[in-house]
Amino acid sequence: MQALSVRGLTKTYKNGVQALKGLDLDVAQGDFFAMLGPNGAGKTTLIGIVTSLVTKSAGQVSVFGHDLDTDLERAKACIGVVPQEFNFNMFESPETIVVNQAGFYGVERAVARERAEKYLKQLSLWDKRKVMARSLSGGMKRRLMIARALMHEPRLLILDEPTAGVDIEIRRSMWEFLREINEQGTTIILTTHYLEEAENLCRNIAIIDGGRIIENNSMSTLLRRLQTESFLLTLRDQQTQAPVIEGYGIKLIDDHTIEVEISKDQGLNDIFAALSAGGIEVLSLRNKVNRLEEMFMRLVENRQP
Amino acid sequence: MSTEALSANSIRMTGLRTIVIREYGRIVRIWAQTLVPSAVTATLYFVIFGSLIGRRIGDMGGFDYRAYLAPGLIMMSVITNSYGNVVSSFFGAKFGKHIEELLVSPLPNWIIVVGYVCGGLIRGMLVGLVVTIVALLFTHLHVHHVGIILAAVFLTSAVFALAGFINAVYAKNFDQINWIPAFVLTPLTYFGGVFYSVSLLPDWAQHISMANPILHMVNAFRYGFLGTSDVSVTRAFIIMGACVVVLFFWALQLLNRGTGTRD
Ligand SMILES: Nc1ncnc2c1ncn2[C@@H]1O[C@H](COP(=O)(O)OP(=O)(O)O)[C@@H](O)[C@H]1O
Ligand SMILES: [Mg+2]
Repeated sequence: MQALSVRGLTKTYKNGVQALKGLDLDVAQGDFFAMLGPNGAGKTTLIGIVTSLVTKSAGQVSVFGHDLDTDLERAKACIGVVPQEFNFNMFESPETIVVNQAGFYGVERAVARERAEKYLKQLSLWDKRKVMARSLSGGMKRRLMIARALMHEPRLLILDEPTAGVDIEIRRSMWEFLREINEQGTTIILTTHYLEEAENLCRNIAIIDGGRIIENNSMSTLLRRLQTESFLLTLRDQQTQAPVIEGYGIKLIDDHTIEVEISKDQGLNDIFAALSAGGIEVLSLRNKVNRLEEMFMRLVENRQP
Repeated sequence: MSTEALSANSIRMTGLRTIVIREYGRIVRIWAQTLVPSAVTATLYFVIFGSLIGRRIGDMGGFDYRAYLAPGLIMMSVITNSYGNVVSSFFGAKFGKHIEELLVSPLPNWIIVVGYVCGGLIRGMLVGLVVTIVALLFTHLHVHHVGIILAAVFLTSAVFALAGFINAVYAKNFDQINWIPAFVLTPLTYFGGVFYSVSLLPDWAQHISMANPILHMVNAFRYGFLGTSDVSVTRAFIIMGACVVVLFFWALQLLNRGTGTRD
């Protein structure tokens, strides 16, 4: 069963910005899934459509098999969402906010009160349950939104940059908390523009840029791919097949060019030595830049301190 | 018990109750803004128009002016407060983004509309009660037909709660939620027979007044007290009922289309 299934999703805002350009995505039940992408990639728009805060221009979305077009109420009942921006009433108390939210999902008030105690305690907000929400610190406000999203015990929890602007200690305890929730069976989708966060938490990852998914893989495969570099070597003599060298992946691109994949802990010297031993002379070498690496570089620049 | 195990119906009923509780909480929390001003205004009207000027006016529609004025003032405060509650609560929720709490929930749009309208009804009724108590300090209120009084005040409150909702959906800034009350609602109310009987007006002005729905509402309500009206009470109720139906579907359609609420 897919927790989330998205097909051909497009969104053009009224001002003409095309935020999503035919996006496909599947997230399996039980997964801890990262959507990584720079600002403006379309992450919030995607979440907005899934949670029906944004209307889609075309495409299909279903949540645990409930299509948003035909089975909206049941689809919504499965989702808990922690938005990117604070969206609770600043003049209400944390307790009121979470108890009411449970009510909007049909949870009886007595049950909601018990859950409020449970989640506000788990997120270290219990002492603050009666204060006005606007007096909470940034980190507390984020945690309040997490508590609120859990009040109806959703099967799918979606968090849009939950740790933006949260200091390192609180970020780590939030990670720990989310890991536990996931282990208890809640599917989690998290957006971030910090690779480090995705690396720490998630099993699978999609990289989104310019309204499209440009990479969708397991975290470990992605990291392995980021550990390798590709070089294009121009050779003096014509080749008919790619030379075979133990420990390196080599592809023939055309009769004078080969592509060599080298992991970052291997040296370039070895490959040159092996090639000259085989009588192959290298004229020039250039680094092959791929889109993933480019993205990665941009993300690394964004890395949190 | 996860929400998915609940029936759609029980989610809706619990959700509606929660919206109503929250709206009631808001009215009580900011009571100095929601309940007090109308009591003060009504008192001033009774002192100035009722007691000082009213004594010179003598009878109106065959009744002591203060007894004639009281139903009008009650209705005026019901209208203002029903409208004001929904327009500021819903616009505030849009402005503070917490309307998203409802928009992501599994509650259908009609429940959201009904919930906010209930908030307007509660505030309208509470303030109506407060102003009635103020009125009793100045005059004696005769009751001709209690059913008509309650039906008229309920329907009027619903009409203006819905109107406030629609105003809030369209509004893009605070000016736009003040504009309609100042330039449309207040004039219609003042010309709507709150202070005088339209029989005092020349014919042409009486005809124009008939197009003002507030005139019908105020007169139906006053009929419940005094047993006299400038207009047909039956027609007044038809107008109120029709307004409720039309405005409700208008409001619902706006939410369904996402006007002012969804990008
Ligand atoms: N309400 C909106 N109206 C118009 N354009 C928008 C709106 N929200 C987002 N956009 C545009 O859509 C693109 C994707 O934005 P967003 O989904 O917020 O990206 P991300 O969350 O990945 O940073 C951006 O170019 C952004 O400027
Ligand atoms: Mg975003």
